[in-house]
Amino acid sequence: MDAMGLSLAAIAVIFMSALGMMLAIAIAVANRYLWVHEDPRVERLDEMLPATNCGACGQAGCHAFAEALVREEVQPAKCTVSDPETIERIAEFLGVDAGEEEKRIAMLACAGGSHVARMRSHYEGLATCRAAAVVGGGPKECVWGCIGLGDCADVCDFDAIHLDRHGLPQVNPDLCTACGDCVDICPKGLFSIHPVSHRLWVACNNRLHGEEAEAECEVACNACGRCARDAAPGLIEIRDNLAVVNYEKNDLADRKAIERCPTGAIVWREEDGRIVRGRETRRIVRDRPLPLKCA
Amino acid sequence: MGLMSLFGRSFRHGVHPPENKDVTAGVPIRRLPFPPRLIVHLDQFIGAPARPIVKKGQEVVRGEPIAEPGGFVSVPLHAPATGVVRDIKLMPTARGPRTPAIIIDVYEASPQEVLYANPPNDFDSLTREELIEAIQRAGLTGLGGAAFPTHVKYADPPKGDFPPVDTLVVNGAECEPWLTADHRVMVERPRDVIAGVRIALRASGAGRAVIGIEDNKRDAARALEEHIGEDDPISVRTLPVKYPQGAEKMLIHALLGRKVAPGRLPRSVGVIVSNVGTLAQMGRLLPRGEGLIERVVTVAGPGVKRPGNYIVPIGTPARFVLEEAGLAAEHAEIIFGGPMMGMDVPELDIPVTMGVSGILVREPEDGRASRIWPCIKCARCVEACPMFLNPSMLGLLAARREFGKMRDDYNLDACFECGCCAYVCPSNIPLVQYFRLAKAVNRERAG
Repeated sequence: MDAMGLSLAAIAVIFMSALGMMLAIAIAVANRYLWVHEDPRVERLDEMLPATNCGACGQAGCHAFAEALVREEVQPAKCTVSDPETIERIAEFLGVDAGEEEKRIAMLACAGGSHVARMRSHYEGLATCRAAAVVGGGPKECVWGCIGLGDCADVCDFDAIHLDRHGLPQVNPDLCTACGDCVDICPKGLFSIHPVSHRLWVACNNRLHGEEAEAECEVACNACGRCARDAAPGLIEIRDNLAVVNYEKNDLADRKAIERCPTGAIVWREEDGRIVRGRETRRIVRDRPLPLKCA
Repeated sequence: MGLMSLFGRSFRHGVHPPENKDVTAGVPIRRLPFPPRLIVHLDQFIGAPARPIVKKGQEVVRGEPIAEPGGFVSVPLHAPATGVVRDIKLMPTARGPRTPAIIIDVYEASPQEVLYANPPNDFDSLTREELIEAIQRAGLTGLGGAAFPTHVKYADPPKGDFPPVDTLVVNGAECEPWLTADHRVMVERPRDVIAGVRIALRASGAGRAVIGIEDNKRDAARALEEHIGEDDPISVRTLPVKYPQGAEKMLIHALLGRKVAPGRLPRSVGVIVSNVGTLAQMGRLLPRGEGLIERVVTVAGPGVKRPGNYIVPIGTPARFVLEEAGLAAEHAEIIFGGPMMGMDVPELDIPVTMGVSGILVREPEDGRASRIWPCIKCARCVEACPMFLNPSMLGLLAARREFGKMRDDYNLDACFECGCCAYVCPSNIPLVQYFRLAKAVNRERAG
């Protein structure tokens, strides 16, 4: 029995070691022939990049961006999430020019908070803008405007969007990385990404004319065309009852265009991020929500 | 047959919501006065929007064409009342977006006679193609709710391999609770209905017509049977009451035992389905050469003082209808269509369109009822879904915004939003709203 048991044990040991050897050789061969060469710098860059995979750089994610960096297809400054020191470190590490990228931020084409925009009905149901938009276009009189349930604030990975007390999203330019998630989520398509040099901004999306527009929202563009006349020729045009800024001529933009706007639909963003309305613009002192338009 | 005929044939799954039809089912249809202003949307049907052929300030006569079809899948619009075109501009719709509409200021002193018509149609001399053209000229769309241009159904499909049409199914199920518009039309205008069925039989080339009516409308079935001639290949079948029997796929299954695959048309099984209200209009308008200018609308619900069925000109604002019928509640939920598939109306200036079969006024619910609880995976929605989908899973995915997966792995597009799942859900999860928003997002992403 003993001898038998011993030989059985010996067979097991030999068999297992042979199997182990075979697999080890297979792995060694695979390692040699299936080796994917990856620049070792990519791994280091992965560590330096923010790993948020926001996509603001135009690449599929941080790893794809790192690979593109190594191939020298993009410049480090394309990453809008990293702070300037990190960008500098990356540039130094790669021995390339950091490049220059103008800061871009998300801009909301609506200023209709609850204190100026009329509601036509009371909405009950799923508390997201997307869901409210499929119920008759949402509870606001203005079917083009912000619904104000904060899908954009929810989707923002960088905590850059918060609803103010009038239920209107406010973008914090310091935190915004221009990733574009808010652009995709907004059911009314009110967000767009703009370089900070775009100082002239139409904060309205209403396509009605004159008093009709103002009846829906006190800060709506009523298509009076004063901004278009006061601005440099061709900079602003009225299209579908809405002022549209041609940003190709952005160099010609100045504050003069906003001064006579009666409702404050067109605004000017100062260097420090303050939003300025025109001198002749109606001031709105109301702070409370407007009452529901009654049936 | 044995057991099957004992229980009555129908489709599988579905629900039995309280019918609430008694209030209006016995009251004759009444005509509303003309409203001071009509709002006729150019895109109130499925397909290419109509193109206006009137100008601002132009006078129009009741029945006169005011817009021409914008393509083949489109219909002309006719002036619902004599008056003057005030403007053509963007007006709110129940769907959501503001879309172009012809606004007519109605002349108060006008006798409102239909003074305009195409030459009357002489049916015996018309070919099938000419008949289908005449249907389009009448501006007929599916009055059951979808407002799909009727002539497109009857025309031969441009592409695809379809078997010849052998049966015309006439949809008199009216399975939505509260609504009795089709019921009253069948009781009061059986001659129009049967005339319409005869025209539709010729236009479809089908050999027979089956009118499907739910068991709770026996008087309607009797009224129709009286007007069917000896040699008419038309039969009336009563079906057990069940929601959503009036969905065309369910109705075909219940009447003929044929199954229409998801995403396919009834034509794929040799059937054309038309709503009984549509055919009543066809039977009335086509011989006279007139166009569709009004429809029967059920006005009901706890918030209405004088519920009933009313003849409402297309384009009448909901506010006017509700003022005439008496609005009892101060704050109320207004629904266009039935409670199961209808649309919440966000403002009262939205007009009645071709597809609006009812206006319901519900009292607002208390907070507890509108609270949403988590899914307990009881699978009642799975038992209810007539399309054999998994609404529970779809709902969970929608909450996680996995809209693409809903479409690709769980057949979201087969859902026709009948609302059975949301109706039975003990957790009050607004499943249909989830599905509508998922479909909206998917459409947006697709293009």
